Amino acid sequence: MSDNRNDKHQNVSQVDQGSQVDLEKRNFLIATSAVGVLGCAAVAVPFVKSMTPSERAKAAGAPVEVDVSKIAPGTMMIAEWRGKPVWIINRTSEMVAELSKHDDLLSDPNSDVVSQQPEYCKNADRSIKPNLAVIVGICTHLGCSPSPKLQAHGDMGEGWPGGFFCPCHGSKFDLAGRVLKGSPAPINLVVPPYKYLTDNTLLIGVDTEGKA
Amino acid sequence: MSDKKKLVLADVLNCSVKWVDDRFPLTSNVKAHLTEYYAPKNFNFWYFFGSLAMLVLVLQIVTGIFLTMHYKPDAELAFGSVEYIMRDVPWGWLIRYMHSTGASMFFIVVYMHMFRGIIYGSYRNPRELIWLFGVAIFLALMGEAFFGYLLPWGQMSYWGAQVIVNLFSAIPFVGPDVSEWLRGDYLVSDATLNRFFAFHVIALPFVLVGLVVAHLIALHEVGSNNPDGIEIKKLKDKVTGIPLDGIPFHPYYTVKDLVGVAVFLIVFSAILFFAPEMGGYFLEANNFVPANPLVTPAHIAPVWYFTPYYSVLRAVPPILNSQFPGVAAMGLSVMVFALLPWLDKGAVKSIRYRGALYKKWLAAFVVSFLVLGYLGTVPSTIWGQFGGWMGGADRATVVARVATVVYFAFFILMPWYTKKDKTLPVPERVTG
Amino acid sequence: MKTKNIFKKVLLVLALLPILAIANEGAHLDKAPIDASNKESLQRGARTFVNYCLNCHSANYMRYNRLLEIGLTEQQIKDNLLFAGDKVGDQMKVAMSKADAKKWFGVAPPDLSVEVRARGADWVYTYLRGFYRDNTSSTGWGNCVFDPVNCKVSMPHVLYELQGEQKINHETHELTLESPGSLTVSEYDALIGDLTNYLTFMSEPAKQQRNHLGWFVLLFLGVLFVLTYKLKKAYWKDIH
Repeated sequence: MSDNRNDKHQNVSQVDQGSQVDLEKRNFLIATSAVGVLGCAAVAVPFVKSMTPSERAKAAGAPVEVDVSKIAPGTMMIAEWRGKPVWIINRTSEMVAELSKHDDLLSDPNSDVVSQQPEYCKNADRSIKPNLAVIVGICTHLGCSPSPKLQAHGDMGEGWPGGFFCPCHGSKFDLAGRVLKGSPAPINLVVPPYKYLTDNTLLIGVDTEGKA
Repeated sequence: MSDKKKLVLADVLNCSVKWVDDRFPLTSNVKAHLTEYYAPKNFNFWYFFGSLAMLVLVLQIVTGIFLTMHYKPDAELAFGSVEYIMRDVPWGWLIRYMHSTGASMFFIVVYMHMFRGIIYGSYRNPRELIWLFGVAIFLALMGEAFFGYLLPWGQMSYWGAQVIVNLFSAIPFVGPDVSEWLRGDYLVSDATLNRFFAFHVIALPFVLVGLVVAHLIALHEVGSNNPDGIEIKKLKDKVTGIPLDGIPFHPYYTVKDLVGVAVFLIVFSAILFFAPEMGGYFLEANNFVPANPLVTPAHIAPVWYFTPYYSVLRAVPPILNSQFPGVAAMGLSVMVFALLPWLDKGAVKSIRYRGALYKKWLAAFVVSFLVLGYLGTVPSTIWGQFGGWMGGADRATVVARVATVVYFAFFILMPWYTKKDKTLPVPERVTG
Repeated sequence: MKTKNIFKKVLLVLALLPILAIANEGAHLDKAPIDASNKESLQRGARTFVNYCLNCHSANYMRYNRLLEIGLTEQQIKDNLLFAGDKVGDQMKVAMSKADAKKWFGVAPPDLSVEVRARGADWVYTYLRGFYRDNTSSTGWGNCVFDPVNCKVSMPHVLYELQGEQKINHETHELTLESPGSLTVSEYDALIGDLTNYLTFMSEPAKQQRNHLGWFVLLFLGVLFVLTYKLKKAYWKDIH
């Protein structure tokens, strides 16, 4: 082992002494390599960027306007935004009242995971107007779309607060999209950015600050 | 401190290389093909084009992969998907122009590379096989370009493919069936586009890369020729066995080729960023009109790199009402390059030591090639008609016929004039 | 060397060949006043395009929000150029179906997204100023730029209220203004100039960016060339 190391040491020092380091070669080698690497990196940028969403995808993913006047209390509609289902649920006052009564069932009752809702929806009912919930209907476990089980109790058994049940792996969410403890899904459903254009018109995908 | 660090780094490197070498011939290959591959030290300007062809090949493959991510090989969608790439895909225009400019630059580089082979006799013994692989690469490249040119689905794409596929129907007996089989339809259609796409993005690139590898293996087996046409392996250092006129390819020719790459990229970028259509030669105006099977554009011509052979096709008159002689002549005008190693009977390889006779024939060939190339881009009526006894024949057609005769005479008469040529004595060692 | 001289001559011939080709082109075309940096002109052209052309001709590959690049704001595009219900990210489509268009005009009006790249700006500029009254044709108009032989054209002169009516001298193909329209000759030429400028922009919206970037790339490659050249010299001093 140690012999080996010595041999190599000798080799290295021989090279160092044997041929004087040619500074001209070395400097231009470094400079050319540096500029060459820079060039390659610069060329790589457009290639990588070409794989990001195109103008067509962006246009298709533009904010959508939804008329919410026709959703009867206690029912919901599904809008499409960026190819994803967005639930708009018209919650009755009983449903809204229920939201604050089952915190002990929830993993994240106060919506502390920042990425899952805009700042203005980090409240008790996760919405701008308490009756209207706007939630992206994609399970945070593996991306299935949960089924609505809006009524409390019912076929989901006693103690069901009303909400959504994911048929793929059994994740459960309440009517504010908050995940119930014991679900495979780790975090609450996403609330997209949205704003009211009029009392009855929602614009999903953009909020008052213009953020998409 | 830093010396010690260097030592550790060198150790790690040495260990890794040894680990690989025990399992894969890395070091021996690097030696055989780079650091101990001895190339003649007198390569000149013409020797840049081999490495440049490799560069363009890589460029075409990479840009091609990225274009394939957005292109749609469907007659309804193809034209639109190209415009989608040009407008909607981030930086799509850059990638598309790199690919379209690269196609033409590929042919420029390959033509220069072939011309180098001709003037310095690089096809002669013992390099016949390298040359044959090269001709095969050229053929594959023409196929690749032809299939690729249909993909934008513009008027030129469409009618160019229509004409070239129909050339096959001139083959006696089986011709019409062959054309129909190639198209997969009674006219160039969605089926044709789809299969041309398959050939362009999968089949021919594989063939091309395989042939390039064979070309290089053959080259490194016999060693490079040089502008003097001298075999450097004949004179070796008695102790080391290294050719006296040879220098290691790496670092000497790698750094030299880098200069070539930089100059090439300047030319390439100047075209790409400031004249990607190149006055209609690289991207034709008619190809910005979507393919229309019912309307043929007033003047159709192949892309510039095919025009010399297309001119030959037009120059040969139909015989016994058959187009076949023209088609055969066109095929021959490409294939005849493969015969060069056996047609050349000269005592020397390089033009430097050839006599005036050979030089005159070569010059005549180059002129006829360029004239044919030009005439292929224009209608045959371009120069008007001869009057009087010539009976109103198109001037351009007559010129193309003369050029075609000269073109073939260069090859057919080569055994005669190379033997008869008064050559100069070849020095022992390379010059310059 | 002798061969070098021959090659020089060959190169000279090669350089001259395209001139022969250009000399043989057909009808005379007026030079279009193209200026990609003149944003006001492009904006005027865009307005003319949307108001007059976009009723029949689509520009299916052009998105309205590309007009941001010629200095319009999203609000301006929405207020002045968009049809009701369209979004700024939409493409410039027309409501008329291809089949209907074919019935009414004999041929479907071509999509104009890349028309300038197919025809050339000068052609478009000359063509749009080249309509004349021809009562023998089905549309009532003729145009010798579109069809140098028969002077037939299937598009009616949409802008005749602006230009007025021109008459043709059938011998010389010279056009004279018979009854003026609401614009003077120079105003009409300017209008078509702006329109052509816009159509040129629309045919390749990335062109400005392309030319701009090109200078930086060339500058970079210039530096790379100098460095590689010096590097080569440094190594090759062992050889020579």
